[in-house]
Amino acid sequence: MIRVLTLLLFLLPMAATPEDTAQPVEADPVLEKRVMALAAELRCLVCQNQSLADSHADLAIDLKNQVRAMMKEGRSDAEIKAFMTERYGDFVLYRPPVRATTWLLWVGPFVLFAVGLAVMFAYIQRRRAGAAESAQLTPEQQARVRALLDDATSSRR
Amino acid sequence: MTRYLIPLAIFAVLVAFLSIGLNLKPREVPSPLIDKPAPAFTLNQLHEPAKQMSPADLKGKVWLLNVWGSWCVSCRQEHPLLVELGKANVVPLVGLNWKDNREAALKWLGDLGDPYTVSVVDPDGKVAIDYGVYGAPETYVIDRDGVVRYKQIGPISPEDLTKTILPLVKKLQG
Repeated sequence: MIRVLTLLLFLLPMAATPEDTAQPVEADPVLEKRVMALAAELRCLVCQNQSLADSHADLAIDLKNQVRAMMKEGRSDAEIKAFMTERYGDFVLYRPPVRATTWLLWVGPFVLFAVGLAVMFAYIQRRRAGAAESAQLTPEQQARVRALLDDATSSRR
Repeated sequence: MTRYLIPLAIFAVLVAFLSIGLNLKPREVPSPLIDKPAPAFTLNQLHEPAKQMSPADLKGKVWLLNVWGSWCVSCRQEHPLLVELGKANVVPLVGLNWKDNREAALKWLGDLGDPYTVSVVDPDGKVAIDYGVYGAPETYVIDRDGVVRYKQIGPISPEDLTKTILPLVKKLQG
């Protein structure tokens, strides 16, 4: 009984959260959805590991308002992204564009993966070859094995 | 021999990457505005709200634009240096009072000294967004043709002023 009660106690704060989280201010749910979708692609400059959508920093709210206002003016997502990069640089984009300065960023992981695969296969190949080689016994080794085996069988008798 | 050299080489590369990474300043976002025309604005002045000011008024002069707010703690740290700079009278210093309240801003300048040639107010932060401001203080060096030449992110230290900003201002004025 106590266990059930403690469990319920732990669940209590979860029940409270949905009402507490900030509700979109704007009445138009379609527009708001578009604002949030684009804001999730843009980085909050103040708290750099958060997107504009997640952030409640003053600047993030201002920038979201800016996005909202531009959408109401009928600007496209691409135009709004261009507006942001003109002011804050590629850094605001969570998905940086592919160009000369960013190719390493895009290609790097795949190159590293390929190198890793190559090293792994080379290693396996070498181990296999090594294992096959050591399976072959030299004549002296064979003689020794026979002697040991003979010894063992004779002592058992 | 290679058995030991390869891990050592990998380690050296790793150390090189980590040391580069440690010396980067991810908080300082490079401004795409450098070498581009300073965004135009027309804003009310702080002291005389009836008067306005725009960058075009300063065409032909090298000037500094300093973004600040009375709510900003780092601005307080920077302020004495700005007051000194203002006294030296070497370059016009425009204060952009960012998302502040007028009384608080005037009180701050009254208490700590007013280094600004002119102060303008940006109550909703629209102009600051045009300048790519993401924190205060930030300072822009703008040349005679109205082109942004340098952006200082965060408070100006005495070294920044004497080694970077003032030499640049001199070069641009010369």
